[in-house]
Amino acid sequence: MSFNNLDQLYRQVIMDHYKNPRNKGSLEEDAMTVDMNNPTCGDRIQLHLKVEDGKVSDAKFDGEGCSISLSSASMMTEAIKGKTVEEAVDMSNMFSDIMQGKEVNEDKLEDLGDIQALQGVAKFPARIKCATLAWKAMEQGVDEKE
Amino acid sequence: MDVKQVRNAFPILHQEVNGHPLVYLDSAATSQKPQSVIDAIEEYYKGYNSNVHRGVHTLGTWATDGYEGAREKVRRFINAKSTQEIIFTRGTTTSINTVAYSYGRDNLQPGDEIVITPMEHHSNIIPWQQTAKATGATLKYIPLQEDGTISLDDVKETVTDNTKIVAMMHVSNVLGSINPIKEITEIAHEHGAVMLVDGAQAAPHMRVDVQDLNCDFYAFSGHKMGGPTGIGVLYGKKDILEKMEPVEFGGEMIDFVGLYDSTWKELPWKFEGGTPIIAGAIGLGAAIDFLESVGLEEIEAHEKKLAQYALDRLQSIDGVTVYGPQERAGLVTFNLDDVHPHDVATVLDAEGIAVRAGHHCAQPLMKWLEVSATARASFYMYNTKEDVDAFVDGLQKTKEFFGDVF
Repeated sequence: MSFNNLDQLYRQVIMDHYKNPRNKGSLEEDAMTVDMNNPTCGDRIQLHLKVEDGKVSDAKFDGEGCSISLSSASMMTEAIKGKTVEEAVDMSNMFSDIMQGKEVNEDKLEDLGDIQALQGVAKFPARIKCATLAWKAMEQGVDEKE
Repeated sequence: MDVKQVRNAFPILHQEVNGHPLVYLDSAATSQKPQSVIDAIEEYYKGYNSNVHRGVHTLGTWATDGYEGAREKVRRFINAKSTQEIIFTRGTTTSINTVAYSYGRDNLQPGDEIVITPMEHHSNIIPWQQTAKATGATLKYIPLQEDGTISLDDVKETVTDNTKIVAMMHVSNVLGSINPIKEITEIAHEHGAVMLVDGAQAAPHMRVDVQDLNCDFYAFSGHKMGGPTGIGVLYGKKDILEKMEPVEFGGEMIDFVGLYDSTWKELPWKFEGGTPIIAGAIGLGAAIDFLESVGLEEIEAHEKKLAQYALDRLQSIDGVTVYGPQERAGLVTFNLDDVHPHDVATVLDAEGIAVRAGHHCAQPLMKWLEVSATARASFYMYNTKEDVDAFVDGLQKTKEFFGDVF
């Protein structure tokens, strides 16, 4: 492992989301809130979701964590907004596949936008849980809603 | 103490990780094992694996001798009066839980107090929370000084005649502070309370004398002192242990079993239900032999020197915060401005340097420090000044790396 791999892990776009998180904050009271921790390391995320007519109409997050977990949360909230619940869960499954180093359809990868930048995390097994924390919170949220 | 010679006894240290020589700075989580410990476990399984205390056959005798021989080594190691006071457990966590469950639930009632500190490891907090809930006793905390140390005045303030148990770590796994256990034990005893010490970070690194400390219980783990995982020790004063009920019932721990009632073996075996951790105990015995051959006093001095050196070097880097008192055991817990400790640990790992990042099983202490997580480098007898240099240089690189990407 070298600094080259580290550059792959900490891509510019990841650092940008970490430094300037999108959708940071909370939603009004009628939105659902999911709290999730990574108990092994102390990362903590609070995800707020608004689901209307089967669509994620709004998403915000708050929390404490490393660059990977917070940038992933920022990217996810951007990506799932306007998507149907099914599409969001599909995306989450695809993200999980990427993290496990599985082959993912190129066209589908494009749909992920900034999230593609997190591909490098797959090479750092200890950090995969950081990247998937927000997605797990989202899945739990829409699951409860259903 | 010849560090090079000590290092040579640890085969795991002589390898490259991520293209760099391994610099292992996570011994507070678990220590590496000398060849003699690995050999002792292998010899047991190859030569005399057998159950203890029951076989008439020769292998059973050898295994029993090995297991009970290890108990005598532990007794000498902490200067207990008798091997009856040495109970083998799965580790510090099990040791503390045994006392919280058995002694705690039988001796506490509403109005009684359990006194601990906010610096404790989760394993010396949660058992007491549960015991307090089950008995109606109150859980109280001795406040910490600004540098994370404990003042005896605060202990005197907090411990009252209602206090039945005082439980405290000997050395903090985060702050590195060394608590004045002997003095605190005296205060606990003045109020009629028993004193339990979590020695997980002390027993591997300094000479512990339970008679001198005069504590009632002392708990520690084998795997942090060169021994294998899955073996630990609960020391307890004989007169207290004798009055305590076992928490695990079954084979090995019984005297006579009837259809509706049973009686227990004498100490220490009444607390060791089931086939014990035979290979683990033998491995721990070998680890104690190794520690004694190096010398606990030498190990302590060596680690303190490394910690001071690391502290000095870290404090010269802009943007590094080190937690805990100036005078400390062999570890440094720190944060680098604007870089999360996970990210610090990942960049150091790419350089072959293993440090711990996270809450170190001390969430209340993290809250007290007003951080969500920290990074920690912890030292043992096999670490060198060069390890500290590699670590500090790596940290400098981490700072530059994140300075660039931001």
